[in-house]
Amino acid sequence: MIDSPVLERVLSEALRHGGEFAEVFAEDRSTSSALLDDGRVEELSSGRERGAGIRVVSGETTGFAHTADLTEAGLLRAAEAASAVARSGGGGTATVAVGPLDRGAPDGRGAGRAALTPLGSKGDTLELLNRADDAARSTGSGITQVQAGCGGSRRQVLIANSEGLLAHDQQARTRFSVSCVATGDTGLQTGFESAARTLGFELFDEVSVEELAQLAAGRALSKLSARPAPSGELPVVLAGGSGGILFHEACGHGLEADHIVKDASVYTGMVGQQVASPLVTLVDDGTVGSEWGTFAVDDEGRPAQRNVLIENGILTDYLWDYLRARKEGRLSSGNGRRQTYQHLPMVRMTNTFLLAGEEDPDEIVAQTPRGVYVAKLGGGQVNTTTGDFVFGTTEAYLIEGGKITEPLRDANLIGNGPEVLKRIDAVATDFSMTPGTCGKDGQSVPVGCGQATMRLTGVTIGGTAE
Amino acid sequence: MSTDLDPTGPSAIADGDPDQLLAIADRVAGWARSGEDIEVYVARGDETEIRAYAGEVESLTSATSAGIGIRVVVDHRLGFAWAGSLEPSVLEETLAEARDNASFATADEHVQLAVPDGVPAVPVDLWDEGLAGVPTTRKVELALALEAQARSADPRIRQVDHADYGDGSVETALVSTTGIRASTRKTSGFISVGVIAGEGEASQTGGGFSVGRGFDGLDLDKATDDAVTRAVRLLGATKGPSGRATVVFDRRVATTLLSVVSSALSGEAVAKGRSFFAGRIGEMVGDPALTLVDDPTDPRAYGAAAYDAEGLACRRNVLIDAGMLRAFLYDTVSASRSGVTSTGSAVRGGFSGTPGPGCRALTLAPGPEGYDEDGVLAAVGEGLFVQSMTGVHSGVNPISGDFSVGAEGLMIRDGKLAEPVREITVASTLQRMLQSLVAVGADLEWLPGIAAGQTLAIGDMQLSGT
Repeated sequence: MIDSPVLERVLSEALRHGGEFAEVFAEDRSTSSALLDDGRVEELSSGRERGAGIRVVSGETTGFAHTADLTEAGLLRAAEAASAVARSGGGGTATVAVGPLDRGAPDGRGAGRAALTPLGSKGDTLELLNRADDAARSTGSGITQVQAGCGGSRRQVLIANSEGLLAHDQQARTRFSVSCVATGDTGLQTGFESAARTLGFELFDEVSVEELAQLAAGRALSKLSARPAPSGELPVVLAGGSGGILFHEACGHGLEADHIVKDASVYTGMVGQQVASPLVTLVDDGTVGSEWGTFAVDDEGRPAQRNVLIENGILTDYLWDYLRARKEGRLSSGNGRRQTYQHLPMVRMTNTFLLAGEEDPDEIVAQTPRGVYVAKLGGGQVNTTTGDFVFGTTEAYLIEGGKITEPLRDANLIGNGPEVLKRIDAVATDFSMTPGTCGKDGQSVPVGCGQATMRLTGVTIGGTAE
Repeated sequence: MSTDLDPTGPSAIADGDPDQLLAIADRVAGWARSGEDIEVYVARGDETEIRAYAGEVESLTSATSAGIGIRVVVDHRLGFAWAGSLEPSVLEETLAEARDNASFATADEHVQLAVPDGVPAVPVDLWDEGLAGVPTTRKVELALALEAQARSADPRIRQVDHADYGDGSVETALVSTTGIRASTRKTSGFISVGVIAGEGEASQTGGGFSVGRGFDGLDLDKATDDAVTRAVRLLGATKGPSGRATVVFDRRVATTLLSVVSSALSGEAVAKGRSFFAGRIGEMVGDPALTLVDDPTDPRAYGAAAYDAEGLACRRNVLIDAGMLRAFLYDTVSASRSGVTSTGSAVRGGFSGTPGPGCRALTLAPGPEGYDEDGVLAAVGEGLFVQSMTGVHSGVNPISGDFSVGAEGLMIRDGKLAEPVREITVASTLQRMLQSLVAVGADLEWLPGIAAGQTLAIGDMQLSGT
């Protein structure tokens, strides 16, 4: 995207007024999406965005400017703007050399795999959407509306910094989703399912759009006869896969070093302490297969890596980006991410998951006399300072006498991270992952969540039944 | 820390000559072929964002961005493409891509671009001439002062999680071959602060902000007082009770509630059977005290606008009148689908989004004089006062109406705020909540977002806690 000599001159300009660190992050991103709604292909959309963000760190202060102009003149102007914060600094000349060390994806790890197949042809995409629509509508006559969407993005990034780092990555991502509305005597109900991977169109070698559509439609249909969710505290069994959002909210965000260094997390100062049930070993790993949160290098040029956060219930480490790690005299854990070149990087999760346990998932249900079985979670939110978090169900059932019985209407569950993590008393073997979009401080990034079927001895369920 | 309310609003823009943007839009629209309609949306913006921490500038971002979104309609087929650049070669590529996309869409007689409808636009002045002249040093001083004031406001304030200043300007131009030609410009400024209060082991968080059209008038005292009061009064909060109760929603929370209800009033959602209001025009859907109006022509509204996102004049629309459902909000396509005309309610998320119907400036008819927050609390007597909600995206479904959110706040006893509570859920259905309106505040305040803030009391809600 940009030649090394130009990068060197831009980084030198960025440090001309002082500062200890400068970085160029350049990005070229194409997106395309198609939406089938109400039986019609309503919208095909394509987008292209390219530009660079330049940051200069001087003492405690970061200056940041971005530009869509990738010529040397445009980059120099952005460097000048970003360096404005260092004006009060000593000044002088800085000479920066980048490369020859190239920390781009070795042997196609992540990157090569991600870019194998380009975005599918528009005709192929429409065929998938129509197949999903047909499959959803044929699931049951109660299905009255179907929306199917397919979106892909390809992103090339280049990161160079004044420490000589030069890295690049290519990331292809593809997502397919189906939303259904079912109509019955009790009104309208909704069902949703999606698949998303760090892959090109070969996603559809692995994923059946018919299955996604049937899952979404089945979810909406079953809720037509759902009873109101209970209120109060009950044991909860979370099915493998989507329950991973529990860890994302209950502790993942609280382990991000930007919250830790500001003492804005309940997990501050707790490394080495028991923070969860001994059944909990929690990992954040940006290198896993083609999961939604996978990449070769992060948006600061660090290779993705596997980080064990909690081991057998004991907190082992936090998640780090460049700035927070530098203060602690350590290396980033490969968790510096940003939405686009127009954003500053922050500490973010990648794929966050609970390692599988040893129990049989059916046995866990059988050994629960009364409770709620959550087959699918929607999303969640956490206050990292207090640890209080919520997550919403989109498919849930009562457990009565060790059996899954009646469907329940959607509700949020509420808990406190450190308390809930200690209430995990069973983890099964049936591990799986689900994709999600994580929002923080106005920036969205793709993440994966995973776990096996597990039980919480008690969580507050926010239903309408007394 | 996470918050529901993002005071930054839509990204802002620029200091150029609006005629320049119109000229670009005119030029691209001029490339239309016979038998083809084109709509060109061009936007440009500038923004500054400053975060203060521990007496220093943590980050300073300054940026300019620009882009184009093109819709092409050929034979009732729609294609869309966008680009984050206004370079001439990019404009041509984007148009070509939009044309190609159109060729794949389903032909639909309702797909068409807006045509001028003769309704005159009400001019609203949303441009602060002074903003461009405010030097960055003054903005930095304001951010630092905000942080310092919040830190010293109360001995129980342990940390200032964020103290931000931001401003921006946005200019847009919209030209179509169907006779639309409109331009808009808007500036905005905000300060936002988040604090952590502590006593013993317990910590609680609170946020405050002030928004305006520019730099002058941002209210530092209001932002800090709000943040500090909210955090401090929650100290000592315990898990709230379970049971049926009347819930009083703080003005900020009420804004979010109205925004959720508004998505069920979208003419597109109604036409596609995705709203619990579908087919209910003329029915009593709420308490007779409920009158809901969307009026973007009110210049005080945060979302005020002269033109909608298709270039038609914005206008006042009465949606619910004394409890009776009167109207939905339409853009051109959803109106055609429903056999009515556009209500001038198209909105879009910048140049990378396509228009769809939505609210900009919702208000409820105010309750009796004296119904400020204290007045409503006194009238309610006993219940729960909610100062913040979590899990709105995971627990509120505007299609089914199911409503379940996490809440924190204070119990109401003898008409006054009493002990603080946390980790509790509040549940009902949106349908029942509209019918169970107990009081609307006369304390209307324009807050960031698409609805005004007014204290709101709703009866018969299910609390789930201990």
